[in-house]
Amino acid sequence: MSILVIAEHDNAALKPATLHTITAASEIGGDITVLVAGTGCDAVAQAAAAVNGVSKVLVADNAAYEHQMPENLAELIAEVGKDSSHILAPATTSGKNLMPRVAALLGVAQISDITAVKGADTFVRPIYAGNALATVQSSDSVKVITVRATAFDEAAKEGGSGTVEAIDIVKSQDIATFVSEELTQSERPELTGAKIVISGGRGMQNGENFAMLEKVADKLGAAIGASRAAVDAGFVPNDMQVGQTGKIVAPELYIAVGISGAIQHLAGMKDSKVIVAINKDEEAPIFQVADYGLVADLFQAVPELADKL
Amino acid sequence: MKILVAVKRVVDAYVKIRVKSDGSGVDLANAKMAVNPFCEIAIEEAIRLKEKGVADEVIAVSIGEKSCQEQIRTALALGADRGIHVDAAADVQPLAVARVLQKLIEKEGIDLVLLGKQSIDSDNNQVGQMLGALTGMPQGTFACKLEVADGKAMVTREIDGGEQTVSLTLPAVVTTDLRLNEPRYASLPNIMKAKKKTIDTVTPDELGVDVSSGLKVVSVEAPPARSAGIKVESIDELISKLKTEAKVI
Ligand SMILES: Cc1cc2nc3c(=O)[nH]c(=O)nc-3n(C[C@H](O)[C@H](O)[C@H](O)COP(=O)(O)OP(=O)(O)OC[C@H]3O[C@@H](n4cnc5c(N)ncnc54)[C@H](O)[C@@H]3O)c2cc1C
Repeated sequence: MSILVIAEHDNAALKPATLHTITAASEIGGDITVLVAGTGCDAVAQAAAAVNGVSKVLVADNAAYEHQMPENLAELIAEVGKDSSHILAPATTSGKNLMPRVAALLGVAQISDITAVKGADTFVRPIYAGNALATVQSSDSVKVITVRATAFDEAAKEGGSGTVEAIDIVKSQDIATFVSEELTQSERPELTGAKIVISGGRGMQNGENFAMLEKVADKLGAAIGASRAAVDAGFVPNDMQVGQTGKIVAPELYIAVGISGAIQHLAGMKDSKVIVAINKDEEAPIFQVADYGLVADLFQAVPELADKL
Repeated sequence: MKILVAVKRVVDAYVKIRVKSDGSGVDLANAKMAVNPFCEIAIEEAIRLKEKGVADEVIAVSIGEKSCQEQIRTALALGADRGIHVDAAADVQPLAVARVLQKLIEKEGIDLVLLGKQSIDSDNNQVGQMLGALTGMPQGTFACKLEVADGKAMVTREIDGGEQTVSLTLPAVVTTDLRLNEPRYASLPNIMKAKKKTIDTVTPDELGVDVSSGLKVVSVEAPPARSAGIKVESIDELISKLKTEAKVI
């Protein structure tokens, strides 16, 4: 079997999500090739070649791939991967944007967000906001898959000795053009990779109050997340949303503050190792999944927590 | 300009679903059904474009059993002009859905396709991107802002690190994220009016689409249950439990 893994990167660094995806590829078993498409992305290619388990890295370095526009990239991936047994990418917004387009170009199904590998053609994926787990089997010649990072460990960044090979395939069109990007700047650990996450919900009342969570996060080295209600109300930016349609996290410790625990929110965090809930309503559904629940007014409890840590 | 909106019939977002004990699927008998929330946002966006005079016609399509005509009626009550029901089994897979939509686009001459980014039952998040590939159209997925003018769609997309804006030449496919708009409710007079609007029915066969899929569901199980833990009385107790019992801080 030959597995093509699509590297996620910003032309400068390889994103950790790719390392989790490589572990899923190793579980399938076979020869692992990583495709790095971008511009000036040599450091990314070198990093990918060093990852344990990677045998080859293909680099498509061209201005057409700078912003990972799916109209170009999907054509490239479909051409490079058409004889592979599997094509894998992380189930990030980038992977989700790309892989269905690749699958349709190849005329095969796409398998979204797998959480387990049961065999070379059989995978587990959550449906209904994680309230059910479907085991699916593919008879397609190429299996096009996105991988839920939290379900697979990171592959070791070292130990591999993959060869790096440039490929000269340019897919460029003008029906879609990149205009701009506004990326949230943060000194904190990335939400999906953090060991500790503290999230605020509608109970926070406004964006300024998130400063209380920051104090706790500073002490714990935690990332900060939010519920949809907090994002919709404009307290915090969209990239902080945890849930069915936001980010999936599974840290060692998840602290939910002023979050009721709707199924769509639980979908994004219920695989956390330890869950703490702080909520003034003792009936809040979040307590049904919390290992430690504190029924309290968050405006007293959170500053006290920050002080005493 | 003509807009095609697809609407999926799904279980209501707030229903707690149950997995069948024989592992064959999810028990939806008697469950409340609704328009997929992301499709609702797509309908709303289409109607706003019509109200602004950017679009002339909004066509709502649903693929599934006869019951999905209910969801088409909802779209009509919200302001879509006419409906198309593609009569098929309830669980047509994303690639087949995209192939059906491709045929309808060719037939109707569509300039903009608005779809939900995912349906809350199968959580696939695939159809829009697949449709882009099949038709060669550009795609603007996970849209939180859309402006259509001069043959272009300016789409701001919610991405993992923040937001990204792309410019697409029409015809194009746009999939909606939660924050694109807040869908309206249908008024009673509009619900009455919707009853008179037409819904045409076609089959995938008539469109020349094979709806079979290379993917089969082997079994469906309930996820491991998480049991409720304990209530702590104070922050001191919480910190001590996290340190000595859970050992996570
Ligand atoms: C299609 C769809 C997708 C969705 N996707 C997501 C998603 O990805 N992520 C997500 O989070 N949601 C999602 N939702 C929304 C979800 O259904 C809930 O509406 C949302 O999670 C509620 O957020 P919340 O818990 O912050 O707000 P609420 O449900 O309003 O809860 C606020 C909580 O704060 C508590 N509180 C208030 N004041 C205080 C105080 N002073 N001290 C302590 N506690 C206090 C209250 O007791 C309450 O429990 C989705 C919904 C739909 C329909």
